[in-house]
Amino acid sequence: MLSIKNLHASIGDKEILKGINLEVKAGEIHAIMGPNGAGKSTLASIIAGNETYEVTEGEISLEGEDLSDLAPEERAHKGVFLSFQYPVEIPGVSVTNFIRTAINETRKANGKEEMPANEMLKVIREKSELLEIDRKFLSRSLNEGFSGGEKKRNEIFQMAMLEPKLAILDETDSGLDIDALRIVANGVNKLKSDKNAIVVITHYQRLLDYIVPDFVHVLLNGKIVKSGDASLALELEERGYDWIKQEQEA
Amino acid sequence: MSKYTEDDLKIELETKEYEYGFYTELESDTFPIGLNEDIVRAISHRKEEPQWMTDWRIEAFRAWQEMTEPEWANVHYEKPDFQAISYYSAPKAVDPNKTLDDVDPELLEMYKKLGISVDEQKMMNNVAMDIVVDSVSVATTFKKTLGEKGIIFMSISEAIKEHPELVRKHLGTVVPQKDNFYAALNSAVFSDGSFCYIPKGVRCPMELSTYFRINQAGTGQFERTLLIADEGSYVSYLEGCTAPSRDENQLHAAVVELIALDDAEIKYSTVQNWYPGNKEGKGGVFNFVTKRGICEKNAKISWTQVETGSAVTWKYPSVILKGDNSVGEFYSIAVTNNFQQADTGTKMIHIGKNSKSTIISKGISAGKSQNSYRGLVKIGPTAENARNFSQCDSLLMGNNCGAHTFPYIESKNPTAKVEHEATTSKIGEDQVFYCNQRGIPTEKAIALIVNGFSKEVLNKLPMEFAVEAQKLLEISLEGSVG
Repeated sequence: MLSIKNLHASIGDKEILKGINLEVKAGEIHAIMGPNGAGKSTLASIIAGNETYEVTEGEISLEGEDLSDLAPEERAHKGVFLSFQYPVEIPGVSVTNFIRTAINETRKANGKEEMPANEMLKVIREKSELLEIDRKFLSRSLNEGFSGGEKKRNEIFQMAMLEPKLAILDETDSGLDIDALRIVANGVNKLKSDKNAIVVITHYQRLLDYIVPDFVHVLLNGKIVKSGDASLALELEERGYDWIKQEQEA
Repeated sequence: MSKYTEDDLKIELETKEYEYGFYTELESDTFPIGLNEDIVRAISHRKEEPQWMTDWRIEAFRAWQEMTEPEWANVHYEKPDFQAISYYSAPKAVDPNKTLDDVDPELLEMYKKLGISVDEQKMMNNVAMDIVVDSVSVATTFKKTLGEKGIIFMSISEAIKEHPELVRKHLGTVVPQKDNFYAALNSAVFSDGSFCYIPKGVRCPMELSTYFRINQAGTGQFERTLLIADEGSYVSYLEGCTAPSRDENQLHAAVVELIALDDAEIKYSTVQNWYPGNKEGKGGVFNFVTKRGICEKNAKISWTQVETGSAVTWKYPSVILKGDNSVGEFYSIAVTNNFQQADTGTKMIHIGKNSKSTIISKGISAGKSQNSYRGLVKIGPTAENARNFSQCDSLLMGNNCGAHTFPYIESKNPTAKVEHEATTSKIGEDQVFYCNQRGIPTEKAIALIVNGFSKEVLNKLPMEFAVEAQKLLEISLEGSVG
């Protein structure tokens, strides 16, 4: 599904990613963990095509197709989805209007007709129930005045609507109380299939109690320095990141 | 795939051509240029006006000669040479007895280009139109349907002849001849415009609509609109404006007077798309307009405007809240691009007890344009418990434009409550990236953000107008979107 080879990226003169290699297959859940400033969110942004960063070396491909020359919206049309750590507010644009525009633009790009309004309503109803979202919520302005939990739930709602091949969840657990965390995690688990893949970026092991990863990678100083199974996350929770740093320096 | 940046967008905005910039070859009957009492008399004579009307014009002209052009607005332009303008231009083909079928086919073609085929308007829409091209009203539809309800909707020239008592009683009562420089000029030389009277207790069954268009080179358009809603009546009035592209600046100095008697309601919506000049700031319409309404007891006046055109705009649709419990509203979207300058806002004058006003102003600036909101909220000593809420939001695109807010508040009654909120924001790259990530291309993303920003005002427009206004916003700002 996703293949990253020797990815180097920088912002200005500062190199942030220093040779990332990652293979994610369909049906898999990968967790990327690491301390603040390790480059986790940068990696997520770059996969989504954010041009604030400059890719200096390496490549990213989705289902064998090189993404390097594709604009962010084109990557989205191919099935890349990023759940933002800090979703932006768009005043005056309702959640419904926004997702409808997103879906229809994606369909248009893929040579399909716009989704009929009644079908749209039906899907919105299904997916909002899945995430226990109140109908009133859907007519509010996108992310404006949303609590941290509402913002994240809204991100996963959009993921449910867009049905991406590759979903990257950037710190989706931050700002969530335990109930919201459970709802969001349940939603993600229900959306998981053998045809899509999920990359979970997180500081803490907490989310991984609910979304159990097949692989855990530790990102440190722009590189993946350790990979393992779900037990690695537990070990990190217990011991922190210092021992890995020491291992690296040794 | 190359990156579509804000810079690309700016370039695209600057290269966007004015879509309505075509010129129709009509045989016109145009006066020689210049202005003096003889010209004023000649206009009045040509229009076969009664003596009182001629005298009224002359009085205004004499006052105008003593006045100087105002300079307090936050706009900079070369003052028009008022002696270099022709003050009367009527398409020659017009005959008041003609039906629509007899109208100059080229004129009809022009409407088609504007997307407002009168036939279609007549057939498809529940909209009665009084179309003013240059100065003479050429087609008035739905007159019969309206007539059955006792509604009078006609050009002001006709009204002066057919309903002189109504016109004489109300003309100049809200905007006096000497109100300001442009209003005085308009009072002296106004060539045509619309007149509307809604009788007591009548709810006008359709939206009334006027489409203004400046066609002839070097002519000013000075239309005059007078709208009277008698006690307990309701009317919604739409006004749309376009002008063809020309290198010189065309002058537009209109006056609109609204009178809402006890318990009446007037909704007045404008979509203004006069030619804004080219991307170097050459040409374009000077839009110096005086619009004001007066509310008697329990009456309500709402002004809604979408201003996307004109090189220079100077316009403050206002409400005098004379009656107790009267309500004034002002909803505005003003878009400026390239070298456009807009100084627009409102005045809410509270006199009656419990009078209420709401002001929502949305300014969107792009290119090298300057966009100013100027508003006055004045609470008189008699206005017990008067209330005002004002909100002025500005959205900036790029780094070369400006947004300014000049709110004036004068309160002479301690029971009054006045609130003012203002925000300024810029379309952020993070907002655009967020939309992109969901599959929404940048142009569409900007349209979405701008429409969201303007939504509170767009929602106030009648449905058929809202769609047009939304399109106009996209055209004015997005280039190929839409």
